[in-house]
Amino acid sequence: MELDPLLLSRLQFAFVVSFHAIFPVFTIGLASYIAVLQGLFYKTQNPAWDRLALLWTRVFAVAFGMGVVSGIVMSFQFGTNWSNFSQAAANFIGPLLSYEVVTAFFLEAAFLGVLLFGRGRVPQGVHLFAAIMVALGTFISTFWILAANSWMHTPAGVELVDGTFRVTSWIDAIFNPSFPFRFAHMAMASFITGGFVVAGVSAWYLLIGRDVEANRKALSMCLWMLLVLTPTQALVGDFHGLNTFEHQPVKLSAMEGNWETRRGAPFLIFALPDQEAQQNRFEIGIPYAASLILTHELDGEIPGIIEAPPEEQPPVAIIFWSFRVMVGLGLLMIAVSLVGLTLRRGGRIYHSRPFLQTLRLMSITPFIAVLAGWITTESGRAPWLVYGMMSHEEGVTPSLTGGMALFTLLGYMAVYAVIFYAGTYYLTRVIRYGMQEKEEDKVIDDFETPKRPWSATHTPFDDDPSKEGA
Amino acid sequence: MEMFDLSLIWALIIGFGIMMYVLMDGFDLGLGILFPFAPDEDARDVMMNSVAPVWDGNETWLVLGGAGLLAAFPLVYSVFLPALYIGVFLMLAGLVFRGVAFELRFKSRRDRRGRRLWNLAFSGGSAVAAFAQGAVVGTYIQGFETENGVYVGGPFDWLTPFTLLTGIGIMIGYALLGTTWLILKSEGYIQQWAYRLTTPLLLAVLVIFAIISIWTPLVNDVVWERWFGNLHVIWVLPALTLLCMFTVFWASRRGYEVLPFIATLGTFLFTYLGLVVSKWPWIVPPNYTIWDAASAPESQLFLLIGVLFVLPFVLVYTFWSYWVFRGKVRAGEGYH
Repeated sequence: MELDPLLLSRLQFAFVVSFHAIFPVFTIGLASYIAVLQGLFYKTQNPAWDRLALLWTRVFAVAFGMGVVSGIVMSFQFGTNWSNFSQAAANFIGPLLSYEVVTAFFLEAAFLGVLLFGRGRVPQGVHLFAAIMVALGTFISTFWILAANSWMHTPAGVELVDGTFRVTSWIDAIFNPSFPFRFAHMAMASFITGGFVVAGVSAWYLLIGRDVEANRKALSMCLWMLLVLTPTQALVGDFHGLNTFEHQPVKLSAMEGNWETRRGAPFLIFALPDQEAQQNRFEIGIPYAASLILTHELDGEIPGIIEAPPEEQPPVAIIFWSFRVMVGLGLLMIAVSLVGLTLRRGGRIYHSRPFLQTLRLMSITPFIAVLAGWITTESGRAPWLVYGMMSHEEGVTPSLTGGMALFTLLGYMAVYAVIFYAGTYYLTRVIRYGMQEKEEDKVIDDFETPKRPWSATHTPFDDDPSKEGA
Repeated sequence: MEMFDLSLIWALIIGFGIMMYVLMDGFDLGLGILFPFAPDEDARDVMMNSVAPVWDGNETWLVLGGAGLLAAFPLVYSVFLPALYIGVFLMLAGLVFRGVAFELRFKSRRDRRGRRLWNLAFSGGSAVAAFAQGAVVGTYIQGFETENGVYVGGPFDWLTPFTLLTGIGIMIGYALLGTTWLILKSEGYIQQWAYRLTTPLLLAVLVIFAIISIWTPLVNDVVWERWFGNLHVIWVLPALTLLCMFTVFWASRRGYEVLPFIATLGTFLFTYLGLVVSKWPWIVPPNYTIWDAASAPESQLFLLIGVLFVLPFVLVYTFWSYWVFRGKVRAGEGYH
């Protein structure tokens, strides 16, 4: 079998970016949550807020560290595997990615250290300010990355001169048509991810009866936020979909599994898209629903996938199903938030074991939903790297062989497997030993640790041997 | 924008960034290379603690350099990275492993297997990353096979006897930066150990740098013309390099603590400037100059504004973090 460097490069990019995305999507929401906790502590002086802020700052430190480490790899991917794209699009993509680095640099230089190590050493107001600036910094980073990504979906403000993109309007290019929707959708996804993780961990602490006062506050707060955000996210997602309908109709048809242009198209709940036959082998749908959602008319016209020639069609089955995973999990998150509302009476959200257990399990769902959403939108851009202007094939590194691409793909998988195992293992330990009255700090033996992001936590990596076998 | 040569400004900024990276990440990578040979676990703790507060600040220069190249000189980015594909992967894997080792080694108990694994990740990652960086320098001197701005060479063109030598040269050079840094930051038997290693490492660096310096003009006409043409003033650079090397030797024999490190930095600085002088203005040799490789002026300008704003903050922060963590590191205590 011939190894295809193009396919392997796409797989590699999907793998490293998915792995990387897990961390920022969580830390962006968490940073804002920490700022809110610091603000509440500053205002009320209730130490429960401070205890929560301490725990979540530690978790933030570890997740942020993982995000930075995996982000270094990302900044080289464009050159190693997509050198023609880098060369062609550098005039726009280059400054944007650099601005992201510069922002992160500035953030780390100025405020992260104060947030992680300033507790009790700088005035409370300064500490709060640092927390707000860190939260703001995560949004500015998101801004640059999503502007670059959105531009690849809906390019604007550029002209193609001799195979190179020249920027004609920075404003048009940065605030390209899909950017506001993608940014809103992603920012809310980050808040929801942070919300479900905090809710899940608080639920677990309540189940084992640890720091009940603080964790009740945290849980209640998260559930209120989720009650507002999860339905709003569905609405924002709908607007994002309408934007896609306007600018990338083929992607939207693939999401709907709609091959032929037709009026009164159904919303398919289940289908087996067959790319070769250019039709679905089996489908169950709600009549007229897709037309109604997208055109707000029962017999509105939905263009079919076959409007694009087969070589310009994205992989329909992947898009169709990843979209449904995202929407399904989104509905599940709305449902859980609503159940939380009904259980408020009599404080059952704090006592109902099934509900608390459900929240515990739910903490992983936003991550899956986010990845599914990214798979939908990125696969939906295929075969284009820059929609309608540059294809994957034109963008890939010409000198790249299948063997080289396979080597690094397997290599990155191995490296990240080790890192991911160590990181999540350590993160679960931080949480497991968190929020206890007896500080776990004393457990560490020989060293007060150096000033590193993870030094904000003191949980040891392995168990105390003296307690083993007990 | 005819008033300013933006490409020249960007070449200076990125050249400065690379120099900062080599000087600063050099000694912490060097400590990683020396790690397996340390006298004991206490010494390893001291070595790691002496750079732990600053190493990631050091590495952000690499990320800034990479992103800056994409924005200002995309041709460099889109030729170097495909040509060095495997080498770049090895360097990144090495940097990732040692980055995580920095975080987790201190959280593993001494007597456990975890500690030994993190030690291995730290030293192995540092050695591989240092070698790969040396090979990048060697490949740059060698030049790239390109057609119409696209790399057309093979996957292992970067691995030749010459780049092997530059790779090993950088490893040993970084190790020398490591020992002289350790002389500065440690005391007692650890410092004695660092003193003992300095002279042999210095000799090895001298030999390898000499071979590279003789080899380069012999295989490369442009470099030959540069050094044996009319530009006699540039011979001051190798002279200063040798002076710095002698100072390292003399000062470490005399038991000075600060001077060996400063002089080693000087050795690297003047060697680096010598390389720049040899290749200027060819940024993707043998075919492209900095002006050929530049992005559009409006793009260079757009980013320049942000970088000029942030660079002073970064420099102040860098200086500040070294200042805060100045002084000796002792076994059994870290920074508070």
